[in-house]
Amino acid sequence: MSPVSTASSRLIYDALKASGIRLLSALPETWLVHLVRMADEDPEMILVRLAKEEEGVGISAGAHLAGVKSAMLMQNHGFLASVNGIVSCAQLYHIPLLMLISYRGEFGERDPWQTEGGGVTEDLLRALRIPFSYLDRPDHVAHRIAKAQTLALSANKPVALLLCRDLMWEEI
Amino acid sequence: MKRLDALAAVYPSLDDKVVVTIMGAVAAELQSIGHRPNFFYLQHAMGLASSMGLGIALTRPDRQVVVFDGDGSILMNLGGLTTLARYRPRNLVHVVFDNESLLSVGGFPTATSTGSDIAAIAAAAGIPRTATVRTVDDFTTAFDEAIAARDLTTIVAKVDAVGPAKFVTDLALLENRFQFQRYLTRVHTEPAR
Repeated sequence: MSPVSTASSRLIYDALKASGIRLLSALPETWLVHLVRMADEDPEMILVRLAKEEEGVGISAGAHLAGVKSAMLMQNHGFLASVNGIVSCAQLYHIPLLMLISYRGEFGERDPWQTEGGGVTEDLLRALRIPFSYLDRPDHVAHRIAKAQTLALSANKPVALLLCRDLMWEEI
Repeated sequence: MKRLDALAAVYPSLDDKVVVTIMGAVAAELQSIGHRPNFFYLQHAMGLASSMGLGIALTRPDRQVVVFDGDGSILMNLGGLTTLARYRPRNLVHVVFDNESLLSVGGFPTATSTGSDIAAIAAAAGIPRTATVRTVDDFTTAFDEAIAARDLTTIVAKVDAVGPAKFVTDLALLENRFQFQRYLTRVHTEPAR
């Protein structure tokens, strides 16, 4: 059985639904497998599986202008791959964009290839002036997702939530 | 064929379509024919106009979406063609104006000038209908057929590497964005024609 937390994934998914999210774009990675499956099995959700994460910025921009709330699911390396789209589409055009970013490469990371991207993720978010917070405990998942979406919509700008190891990974 | 003539030829039928264009010459030329509130010009983020079109087409199946793309832009998002094909929005017509160059930054040749075939790439990605056209008449016919077919279509229109004298227009980016959003909100409650 995968050590990715099904219970935490369910909490996150239910909070996205409660925030009115009807379209999720995703590029699957290990920590996101349950979330992608939940979206795939939900007839009320439009799931768009991407070839590269930056596409999701354009898809979410289109969905927003069309009146549908959306969110992006990606690894932090996918966030790194999306930067021009975030700046030149979402920020330039004041598009609310809820990004859920799996925070690989922080304390506890065993995959050497994840460590470099982990080290620059927060600095890059700050450099882009993207408001962000952490999802690292089940008890604050629901209200942080709701508040992040509230700010994205009131500010008309991208916001990020970092999905942390303590929430997503059940291995001891 | 000149891109401006191709745009002018299909302009009357854009009246009830949701239109997304790329930056530069395509945006400036369409505006020179006449801006409408149902036109959105993505003035940066090269490659993402087709992704925006997909986002609109999937969430608004009641509307016909038209994307005016370019060779330089789609070459930056070839993976997006596989995503388009995967979800196959039947209400999306994807036009790629291929002038084989990055005209707005000085005319440097793109890979389509050395043989890369965007219609063939789109077909191989799984886009169900593709065509390459070289005259205004053929473009108009292909465009009208794509709308009538009600299926995802990529039309590559080979055009001359000429464009407007300037690319900045008096339509502010955010003015365009909010006007376009209001248009989509307004037509939400109206039946598609």
